[in-house]
Amino acid sequence: MSEIQYLEGKQPDPREHRLIFKNVDRVGWDPSIDCYLNDGGYEQLKKAMDMDPKFITEEVKKSGLRGRGGAGFPTGIKWTFIPPNNTKPVYLICNCDESEPGTFKDRYIVHQDPHQLIEGMVISSFAVGAHVAYIYIREEFPEAAKILENAIEEAREKNFVGKNILGSGFDLEIYVHRGAAAYICGEETGLIESLEGKRAYPRIKPPYFPAALGLYMCPTIVNNVESLCHVKHIVDMGGEEYAKLGVARNTGTRILCVSGDVKKPGYFEVEVGKVTMRELLYDMCGGPKDGREFKAVIPGGSSSKILRCDETFKIKGKDGEETDLAFWDIPMDFDSLAACGSMAGSGGVIVMDDSRKMSWVLNNINQFYAHESCGQCTPCREGSTWMRKISDRLVAGEASPEDIETLESVAYQIDGKTICAFGEASSWPVEAIIAKYREELLADTKEENARKPNNPEAEAQRKFLQPG
Amino acid sequence: MSKTILEETIASPETPGSKHFPPFAPSDALEAEAAKRLAQFPDDQKRSAVLPILHHIQHHHGFLSGEAINWTAERVGIEPIKVVEVVTFYPGFRQTAPGKFHVRVCRTLSCAMGGSYELMDRLCEITGIDRDSLDPHHHPIAVSPCGTWSVEFAECLASCGTAPVCLVNDDFHEGVDADKAQGLLDGYSK
Ligand SMILES: Cc1cc2nc3c(=O)[nH]c(=O)nc-3n(C[C@H](O)[C@H](O)[C@H](O)COP(=O)(O)O)c2cc1C
Ligand code: SF4
Ligand code: FES
Repeated sequence: MSEIQYLEGKQPDPREHRLIFKNVDRVGWDPSIDCYLNDGGYEQLKKAMDMDPKFITEEVKKSGLRGRGGAGFPTGIKWTFIPPNNTKPVYLICNCDESEPGTFKDRYIVHQDPHQLIEGMVISSFAVGAHVAYIYIREEFPEAAKILENAIEEAREKNFVGKNILGSGFDLEIYVHRGAAAYICGEETGLIESLEGKRAYPRIKPPYFPAALGLYMCPTIVNNVESLCHVKHIVDMGGEEYAKLGVARNTGTRILCVSGDVKKPGYFEVEVGKVTMRELLYDMCGGPKDGREFKAVIPGGSSSKILRCDETFKIKGKDGEETDLAFWDIPMDFDSLAACGSMAGSGGVIVMDDSRKMSWVLNNINQFYAHESCGQCTPCREGSTWMRKISDRLVAGEASPEDIETLESVAYQIDGKTICAFGEASSWPVEAIIAKYREELLADTKEENARKPNNPEAEAQRKFLQPG
Repeated sequence: MSKTILEETIASPETPGSKHFPPFAPSDALEAEAAKRLAQFPDDQKRSAVLPILHHIQHHHGFLSGEAINWTAERVGIEPIKVVEVVTFYPGFRQTAPGKFHVRVCRTLSCAMGGSYELMDRLCEITGIDRDSLDPHHHPIAVSPCGTWSVEFAECLASCGTAPVCLVNDDFHEGVDADKAQGLLDGYSK
């Protein structure tokens, strides 16, 4: 194969290892099936059709692939949660909601390389025994929805989708289903409700996985776009070979999306755990903007806990010994970020420099969650709005020091007490920002504000409080 | 006689943008789309087709009127209230007419750091939209007096690396800082 050329200014960094993004920004590349086939596309599907579905699942297990949608759950293990004596139809859903703030990777796959996703989905459907698969795509990707529908038609003409795929006897239909601009549709049970034509109210757990009861109360596998694409490469390389990429328990490659205050924001596909925070932000993203210093990083989408750039973490090794790990030396993998009290999440790295006020950052995040709570459970619905109102006051200079305590207590009353993980998603950022920037937030408050009414109704009541 | 709550919920007051959209009416194209979408789901799960049908209607008629809601309910075979509950839940569905060109500006963290609030201010200034009329619930949509433009804040559009970003109808634009606001709108004028 001749050397792949990339568009001027979009060449991958030398530290990248491109599997999933091999064709993103590639010279002469387009989303058509001919282009994909000329590059050896659908060869892995042909290979997979000769395999036993159970064997494919075993390979995915051996690969150690962990979901790229947010929770990092092992994909192969999830697939085995389909009840063994199941007689109902099985569904596969590709989660292309990509709505976690800071995340922008699935966008490029579905716009530029739709057939990679379709190939991954057909192989995955074959492995789990699904004959109908849906791509749930966020409404704000109208172009991609068309590209995917077109790509599915192209694949059908070549018999990669449809009846008796490549003479294997395996049938599969894939449909594109557009959401309607609600973040909660990214949560897999909310997504399923939405696909059923209802409000996207996440379902009460257990069952913890829709693999047991999902769409129409049938076993349903929900996987992220990037996860499903990896399946194709696992079939290509074999599970064991794939597992050699990355580090132990954090295998393969993953796409890190960097945005915010860096010189060169962008996407970088790297072996999991093989680059550190320093390499990512200084070497690959060009460091801070001129005259600025890095202050804080949200490492895995806005729901992950913020990290201070001057922090040092105590990490427990295998032998139980504690060692120090400086922020800049954190390897970008699931376990390391978890050990630092945050998470790798969706791979969305949001960077803030010393020009950013934490009260402003906090308020922006709170507005997001207050807007996006589905409203089903009281702690989340009320709490996210309370948190937003308090931080509104904070940025307006109308908060008192007690407000920070109230804010913190509201956050801890959401966390762990809700139907879905949105509760944590909305409260962790608040908990972490307060824990790490309490002094800075307090400096934006005034003692006297505690004695002031902060809304017109309170103002009207005020005369009753004053003597004389 | 006063209206029932349901009637109020599905009422669509006129906006300056209304003149740009044909009132809802069933068409062959809509019927074909509905049939295609309904076929994508099991026979006893037709409710799943509600979102795709509503998308089709909104695309052609600008927003979802009471007639559109009732038609969808009837076509899918469910009570109108079940369609209403969907329409009122998702920020992607509108019950009043937007402008001919509807601009959705991302307001989430990376875009806000990149200047999306300044972009929104400038867009409102140019189009004569009262900035304070922007409602966090997007209801009604803020439309310019001439009816050509409407604006709305959107949450993270999944392109944070090229902030600030926005959508104009179905077109995606990246790296649109406030200084590019006029150029952006010029690309759509009339
Ligand atoms: C509030 C919330 C939002 C989520 N948003 C997304 C999303 O946009 N895309 C996604 O793939 N997963 C999202 N997830 C995770 C999904 O619930 C699910 O775990 C994931 O799609 C599983 O795929 P994976 O195992 O391949 O990662 C979200 C979860 C929560 C709690
Ligand atoms: S935690 Fe929030 S988003 Fe999740 S179900 Fe409850 S109200 Fe809805
Ligand atoms: S924050 Fe605007 S696209 Fe993500």
